[in-house]
Amino acid sequence: KMTSSDKYSVLLPTYNERENLPLIIWLLVKYFGDSGYDFEIIVIDDGSPDGTLQVAEQLQKIYGEDRILLRPRAKKLGLGTAYIHGIQHATGNFVIIMDADLSHHPKFIPRFIEKQKEGGYDLVSGTRYRGDGGVYGWDLRRKLISRGANFLTQVLLRPGASDLTGSFRLYKKEVLERLVERCVSKGYVFQMEMIVRARQLGYSVGEVPISFVDRVYGESKLGGNEIVSFVKGLLTLFATT
Amino acid sequence: MTKLLEWLLGVSFVGIAWGLVTFDLLDLQLPSVCKEVAWPIPVYLLVVFGCYSLATVGYRVATFNDCEDAAKELQAQIKEAKEDLKQKGLKM
Repeated sequence: KMTSSDKYSVLLPTYNERENLPLIIWLLVKYFGDSGYDFEIIVIDDGSPDGTLQVAEQLQKIYGEDRILLRPRAKKLGLGTAYIHGIQHATGNFVIIMDADLSHHPKFIPRFIEKQKEGGYDLVSGTRYRGDGGVYGWDLRRKLISRGANFLTQVLLRPGASDLTGSFRLYKKEVLERLVERCVSKGYVFQMEMIVRARQLGYSVGEVPISFVDRVYGESKLGGNEIVSFVKGLLTLFATT
Repeated sequence: MTKLLEWLLGVSFVGIAWGLVTFDLLDLQLPSVCKEVAWPIPVYLLVVFGCYSLATVGYRVATFNDCEDAAKELQAQIKEAKEDLKQKGLKM
């Protein structure tokens, strides 16, 4: 029987996720329900034109306002501020960040929770690069870029975590608060900076292998621009941390 | 200390040691064997690092797990979720 008073707040920043939002929430409710942990889901919609918020309102009626919290914003404002916004409304003592497009599977959340309890970690990071972690839907080019970029990051930053650009993580709420305050980068580099700063501040990082199912890759190829801005961001972290 | 400074420190250390031995800057009268061995070491290290990088990245790409089962499971659960949500009154 669950005797712990821990509560887990899942932050779901959304933009045009009308199709995926019901599915990710159904999966979250299923796996939290099965495992018995106390939870809430905070949907942070950035003014999606496709009606994501209306779907979220229906889901709130189905699952209850104590489980599904809606904290929308007027327009697309970026991930860092979405986390800050979400944390302010979170009543849990732990915060889980993940993508809402079904690339991250809620079945790993109980494993994150158990890992955190096992080692008392300040944050637990999902890794695609260790153990039975992996990816579905990537071609050779994408895998090469991913592993190459990760190798470069490991050599330059020696971060003590195998997957720095991943965004499927569990944080103690106060840890996430402190880190988001200090981070200045955007995009992939923001997630990297979070872990690098966590190390700097002496926080402990645990890892859980996860599978990442990419259904979007075909539509949005990783282009030269993103690679260039990644390298710039990496070099900035190299020079400033 | 930033990572950049750590690297600069490390490279300076190695660079100075190499310079001292190769060009005999401290006039230690080292046997010429030492100088001959020391001289190509920087290039040698770069080549070794290059090969190590290629081998490591190559190995990691080759052994990158393809999560077929995860994708299948997700597809099945999506179907299940849609049915259940329809019953609960969700209008997609």
